[in-house]
Amino acid sequence: MSRRKTERLLSLVVCLLSARRYLTAAQIRDAVPGYPDSFEAFKRMFERDKDELRELGIPLETGINPGSEEESGYRISRQAYELPEIRLEPDEAAVLGLAARVWRRAELAGAAEGALLKLRAAGIEAEDMSQPGIEPRLQTGEAAFGPLWEAVRDRRPVTFGYLAAGRSTPQQRKLEPWGVVNRRGRWYVVGLDRDRGEQRVFRLSRVFGKVAFTGPPGSVTVPPGTDVRGAVRAWDTGTPAPRACLLRIRAGAGHGLRRHALGSRPDPGHPGWELVEVSYTDTGWWSEHIASFGADVVVLEPTDLRDAVIGRLKGALA
Amino acid sequence: MSTDASARPTATDRLQRLLALVPYVVSRNAVGMAETAAAFGITEQELVDDLNMLWCVELRSPDPYCPIDLSYEGGEIVVSEAEAMDRPLRLGVDEACALLVGLRMLAELPSIGDGSALSRTIAKLEAAAGSAASPSAQVAVQVDHLTGASMTAQVTDALSQGRRVHISYYVPGRDEATERDVDPMRLLVVEGRSYLEGWCRSAGAVRLFRLDRMLALQILDVAAEVPAGAQPVDVDGGLFRPSPQDVLVQLELGPGGRWVAEYYPCEQVTELPDGWLGITLRTPDTQWVRRLALRLGEDGRVVSPPELAVRVRDDAGAALANYAGGPQLR
Repeated sequence: MSRRKTERLLSLVVCLLSARRYLTAAQIRDAVPGYPDSFEAFKRMFERDKDELRELGIPLETGINPGSEEESGYRISRQAYELPEIRLEPDEAAVLGLAARVWRRAELAGAAEGALLKLRAAGIEAEDMSQPGIEPRLQTGEAAFGPLWEAVRDRRPVTFGYLAAGRSTPQQRKLEPWGVVNRRGRWYVVGLDRDRGEQRVFRLSRVFGKVAFTGPPGSVTVPPGTDVRGAVRAWDTGTPAPRACLLRIRAGAGHGLRRHALGSRPDPGHPGWELVEVSYTDTGWWSEHIASFGADVVVLEPTDLRDAVIGRLKGALA
Repeated sequence: MSTDASARPTATDRLQRLLALVPYVVSRNAVGMAETAAAFGITEQELVDDLNMLWCVELRSPDPYCPIDLSYEGGEIVVSEAEAMDRPLRLGVDEACALLVGLRMLAELPSIGDGSALSRTIAKLEAAAGSAASPSAQVAVQVDHLTGASMTAQVTDALSQGRRVHISYYVPGRDEATERDVDPMRLLVVEGRSYLEGWCRSAGAVRLFRLDRMLALQILDVAAEVPAGAQPVDVDGGLFRPSPQDVLVQLELGPGGRWVAEYYPCEQVTELPDGWLGITLRTPDTQWVRRLALRLGEDGRVVSPPELAVRVRDDAGAALANYAGGPQLR
């Protein structure tokens, strides 16, 4: 079954590629083996075949031959079909092989393989070995990546449930997606939040349930000059002014804190301890980080940080 | 090239291969069967079947003719008639974007980002892909800005020179700075982080070292000696695979602690009432879980093993004792 279909589709592509004129459906049925005799059955099968070819990206054109009285017909323009000439130097082919490998086991792995296949067919030897000693990978473990990439690619609005940080129930969000960004290994989508009328950033791992399209392809316009990467960076870091804190750290401990130290000296009042001054920005995150060092670190100043750490520790005690 | 053998190829998958096969041969004038089968990730038997199918294409009208003529005698394929099929199909949007996003990700890595090969390849690919390339501008990948470019450069220097390195390495789970000699094998960039994979001479085993946890690195005047049997990590199988001997840890996470499930590889994740989450994970060393529990405070609790829960409470009590008299102050 599948074999006969492959043969028929192959013949159809060759037939339309080599045609110099538009071929009517009847002419196609006469030329391409494998279609049923009944014209109705043929039409149904031919419609499905056309859809499948278009899904593969084969540019099937319809039109009427000039000066003819015939019904409209079909052809594949060679110019629209063919991959333009491309030649790569060996070092270029090597980085291309490495770039394709980035997706291995991730969402676009099949697409990357398909692209390499076409480039090999154009005469390029995409070396698999390449760049010895470097293995970069992108992961797309988030289930929402596939549909959101499609939405960005096809410029379609979407809706999805989103569990914002610190909330216990997901909220439905409506988004005109402008781009997807991977930052520090996590995927984000940036776009216009329709309910809020503003640009928003969402982390894909917090998308709950299915992503649904709410409009046709092409119905989203990305504002010119949009910097999706910058939007995620700003969302992720926030940039409050840095503050300084004074910590008492047990000698030989707290390496993870000392890495950010502005200065350090022995604590005269507490032998075996050091006074360390460190700068930080986010009190919440920093207090959690300090709490994780347990009895090896004590916050002396400022008070709000000290209280936040004590609160964390009491929470762990409860 | 390996393709996923689990999914049976559909008629259109095979059509794509057939359409690429003719130009593959034409662009090389003549090419060996074994080489071609390898390039397409199929067996020679499947290749013979593909070639026969191409050769058998017949158009019946207006006059019957066979548009494709080829032979594969003596293990070498030659296409003598290709009838409008001598060029591959254009790149689709997903295809063009997959490669371009990958290339731009490579450009983020200081080690190869300074080479001009990347920018040349991106320019050529954009030109060949035409409009299919434009959605790729809507995808951005930012790698590991926490790692200083100089550390990455030092690691790639050591790799390209094949030299042993001495590193001071911070182990957060135990809050220790360790010193060790490592024979570098590869630089891995996975989940947005850079790692040096190497033969750790202290552990006598292959180890991964996060570049952002290297406090210092010195390239030694000694050639790296990676034992022949050293097995590289399977990057695509998950960097950290727990072993069945590891301790099974069960945690409950409040809404403010849900990030833990995203951050660490969990065996099981269960939604609990009020936005809480139950997770289980395996680990060879529970020291870091104690630190994690302190960090989480009221946003998390250790359910099992019970002795671990007791130690967390002891840790918290000892830490609170440092603050003006300890927990009784509450």
